[in-house]
Amino acid sequence: MELNNKLTVSASPHVKSAETTTGIMLDVIIALLPAGVASVFVFGIRALLIIAVSVISCVLAEFLSRKAMKRDQTIGDLSAVVTGILLAYNLPSTIPIWQVVFGAIVAIVVVKQMFGGIGQNFVNPALLARIVLISAFPARMSAGAFVGTNVVGWDVDGVTGATPMGLISLADGIKDGAPSLMHLFIGTTAGCIGEVSALALLLGGIYLIIRKVISPIIPCVYIGTVALIMLIAFGDVNAMLYEVLGGGLMIGAIFMATDYTTSPITDKGKVIYALGCALITCLIRLFGSLPEGVSFSIIIMNILVPHIENWTKPTIFGTVKEKKEKKEAAAE
Amino acid sequence: MANEKIEGVLKPVMKGHGGIHVSHNKNTSKCAIVRMPAPAKVVLPMQQHIGAPCTPTVAVGDEVKIGQVIGDTDAFVSTPVHATVSGKVTAVGPVKVANGSMVQAVTIESDGKMELSEDIKPPKIDTKDDFLKAVRASGLVGLGGAGFPTHVKLAFKEDSGVDTLIINAAECEPFITVDHRECIDNSWDVLSGVYTVKEILGFKNVYIAIEDNKSDAFTELMKVAADNADWDDSVKLVMLPSQYPQGAEKVLIQSVTGRQVPPGKLPSDVGVVVMNVQSISFLGRYLKTGKPLVSRSLTVDGSAIAEPKNIRVPIGTLISDIIEFCGGFKAEPYKVIGGGPMMGMALYDINVPLLKNNNAVLAFSADTIKVKPERACIRCGRCVQACPMSLMPTKIETRAHLKDVEGCQAAGAMTCMECGSCAFACPSGRPLVQYMRLAKAVIREGSAK
Repeated sequence: MELNNKLTVSASPHVKSAETTTGIMLDVIIALLPAGVASVFVFGIRALLIIAVSVISCVLAEFLSRKAMKRDQTIGDLSAVVTGILLAYNLPSTIPIWQVVFGAIVAIVVVKQMFGGIGQNFVNPALLARIVLISAFPARMSAGAFVGTNVVGWDVDGVTGATPMGLISLADGIKDGAPSLMHLFIGTTAGCIGEVSALALLLGGIYLIIRKVISPIIPCVYIGTVALIMLIAFGDVNAMLYEVLGGGLMIGAIFMATDYTTSPITDKGKVIYALGCALITCLIRLFGSLPEGVSFSIIIMNILVPHIENWTKPTIFGTVKEKKEKKEAAAE
Repeated sequence: MANEKIEGVLKPVMKGHGGIHVSHNKNTSKCAIVRMPAPAKVVLPMQQHIGAPCTPTVAVGDEVKIGQVIGDTDAFVSTPVHATVSGKVTAVGPVKVANGSMVQAVTIESDGKMELSEDIKPPKIDTKDDFLKAVRASGLVGLGGAGFPTHVKLAFKEDSGVDTLIINAAECEPFITVDHRECIDNSWDVLSGVYTVKEILGFKNVYIAIEDNKSDAFTELMKVAADNADWDDSVKLVMLPSQYPQGAEKVLIQSVTGRQVPPGKLPSDVGVVVMNVQSISFLGRYLKTGKPLVSRSLTVDGSAIAEPKNIRVPIGTLISDIIEFCGGFKAEPYKVIGGGPMMGMALYDINVPLLKNNNAVLAFSADTIKVKPERACIRCGRCVQACPMSLMPTKIETRAHLKDVEGCQAAGAMTCMECGSCAFACPSGRPLVQYMRLAKAVIREGSAK
């Protein structure tokens, strides 16, 4: 049998799992759909327009920057689509379209591609773009911009124009005119496009956990710790629930903080990272001058990820005893 | 797990980190081992084991019979090579073997008679020393894949604290079913081998460890054991979960005994000796007949093989002849693997001889073996979750590309056993095993300086 030079030779293993990067990103997109549907109900068709503009700008920015840098095309992995959706979800529905495009360019070109593309960015691209937009266009990204439009005849509590997080404080508790917990849960309230419906976001989160795309550690520890701190701070279950359901906590804990590239790989590291996110979120919300702290807390913890990973390296097989002995020797 | 109820079968004492679920594809588990007729020729490399190579003791033109020594050396860490067919030596010289290296080899043209050498007689064993000498003379190496000379493994000192023998019949590699068949087709050889080794070397605990997807292997072994008066409960069966890489030595020892072999140490350092079920079964036969290691069983399977089989073949038979015996290729082969799909070696040519430690030949057509394009690491952590040694393969990869000797060492690259769990799990299709080997090469190069 003459088969010379016809057989493929490669390193083992010769079988691979069915999972692919594209498949994972597709799962994230599916998980983000309920929140997208909710956003159209709450903010009208303009929400869809912003999502579409954001996604198209992100994909185009990725395509052009890869081309300019003469690198392999990566738009097929769908990560730019995920960034586009997340960026849109973090913007108010009233934002001018050109600002969405600007945000997309910041996210993809500056934060992602300039650091080497997928897997190399050290902070979450969508979040940093949001922060750049907040800093650059404060009027467009704050209180008055978050109005919810009533498209289905529902009672939408966005009329005051303030985000729900501006209507609660440590001194006064939940203020008059604040949306009810039920509104916060369903999402019929003011806020960024994708953050309003806790219900839709939770559905997406459960999907991601069932599909094993994300580990439940980060969302559970993040949301749980915020709940605990708020319960202690306010001494009131309603205020605690208001803090958990309102603002960007759900979208942050489920979709932004769990970004693979900018969160720790190890389970122990994930716990520390989520605790840090929760702590900073609470400090900003309770004592800061900003009503909302999720974006900043995640960005700060993103930067600490390499250090957290160094502290939480798993104990290599067969060295458990050695480690124990060292500890005991140190204790003596 | 429907098999949990088998009475008298132990469960693993602990579950280790990591591991993956690979499709078992044990298509040949019902195929009893059949004997392949004598091939036209065999090529017997002088190095089929870890240790010193042998020197040929025959010359071109010599007539040889099965079991006759054709290569040996004085080195302790080595095993002799025997003629595996009767016939005439037609060549002595270097040949290319499966891993691409050139090795001295003896080629024997078969006369088709398969005559046994007259020198073959059961070894006389009075002491442990006699036993170890007999094991060396048998040419036995670890038949599970490692190829480490068995007499070296068994030559532990009496005061070294070695008290446990584990027979590895986990067979966690997909497709391969010969260990499973050995437990069923040659169950008495397995058990008598276990008994003899236990008696001679004085093991306190003996375990036969099998994955839970082979329930008929348990029942068969228990039936044979129950029929035998000598059987006592010092030899226990352990049912392991079918999870890859359950049969990896360190993972197996941890599951069965709860002990962890530290990096760079041997199983005997934690009081354990592990032997493959084929090896122990061979010893069971050898001690009765004296016939050295001249043939072995292997699984031939895969989407490109016309008639998948479990076969017993003379060592040194060309892989091409083995495939021919199994009906040849039914589709154009894209990849031919010596060993299992997780740890086996992709062959560059099928005209290479079968070695002592080769437990399978698998051939796949292009449309049935997944090729994942290599993409950038997205730091999803699946490799870290999968690693049974609790390493961080993605970090080791980074260190390896940077040629960072200390970094590779600190990350534990040398502890990697190349089981392939990380590369299997990687959604970005990164060839992580290749990168682990690169990291080891970086360390070796760095420490050579």
